[in-house]
Amino acid sequence: MSVGLEHYLILSGVLFAIGLYGALAKRNAIIILICIEIMLNAVNIAMVAFSRYITPVELTGQVFAVFIMVVAAAEAAVGLAIIIAIYRGRGTIDATEIDLMKW
Amino acid sequence: MGLDIGLDIAFWMLAVVGVAAALAVVTLRDVFRAALALILCFLTVAGIYITLSADFLAAVQVLVYVGAVSILIILGIMLTHEVQRGSLSNKLKIPAFIVSVLFLGAVGFAVLSSTWQVSTLAPTAPTTAALAGKFFGEGGFILSVEVAGVLLLAAILGAIVLVREK
Repeated sequence: MSVGLEHYLILSGVLFAIGLYGALAKRNAIIILICIEIMLNAVNIAMVAFSRYITPVELTGQVFAVFIMVVAAAEAAVGLAIIIAIYRGRGTIDATEIDLMKW
Repeated sequence: MGLDIGLDIAFWMLAVVGVAAALAVVTLRDVFRAALALILCFLTVAGIYITLSADFLAAVQVLVYVGAVSILIILGIMLTHEVQRGSLSNKLKIPAFIVSVLFLGAVGFAVLSSTWQVSTLAPTAPTTAALAGKFFGEGGFILSVEVAGVLLLAAILGAIVLVREK
């Protein structure tokens, strides 16, 4: 069977599931951020695959993918700044110990 | 026909390497090695874009993710001393695994049980000029582009304010 839309969507789902597991199960805040980046990349693969197979001449999916990249880059910069600020104040970036706002 | 088989082989190689790299990110104990596996994962995603004939996106992926985001993450790892403790799991390891598998099952079921209206048209190639028309042309996404610029400026300022010495 030739590679088609379903293959790309399943690949995207697998990458998203791996990122979801990491984001839920890891303690290091930077690893959580990395896993969120993997999830955003998985979404981008799905966007570009839809753009390629459903609307090959419209390119709208690729436009959305570019905007996702912009937001992901901004999110990585602000997220790392927050993590470094927390590390300065508390001396740890263990997500289980950053529980100041926990009720 | 030969091109199709080449694309199939490229897809399978990239998919296997990419999923293996993503698994390495969540399983490796060493935070730094996890970041290096993340770079490999980003590179395979760029290759996946090329197999989808999205050449501009592949270049942007390499520039933004492999070039900038991974450097940012490695800097973050260097600036925090969590490297010695390694990448540990919290108490939610098994529930997180179950949720991920359930999610994957739901997505797989939805993808495989749907009938997609796959177009037989040839994809636009190269995409750079067409994308520029989409972004800046008449009836395009020019407002979104400008909002994205403002968002990036706000992110830069926010990052500077957050890490500035008091």
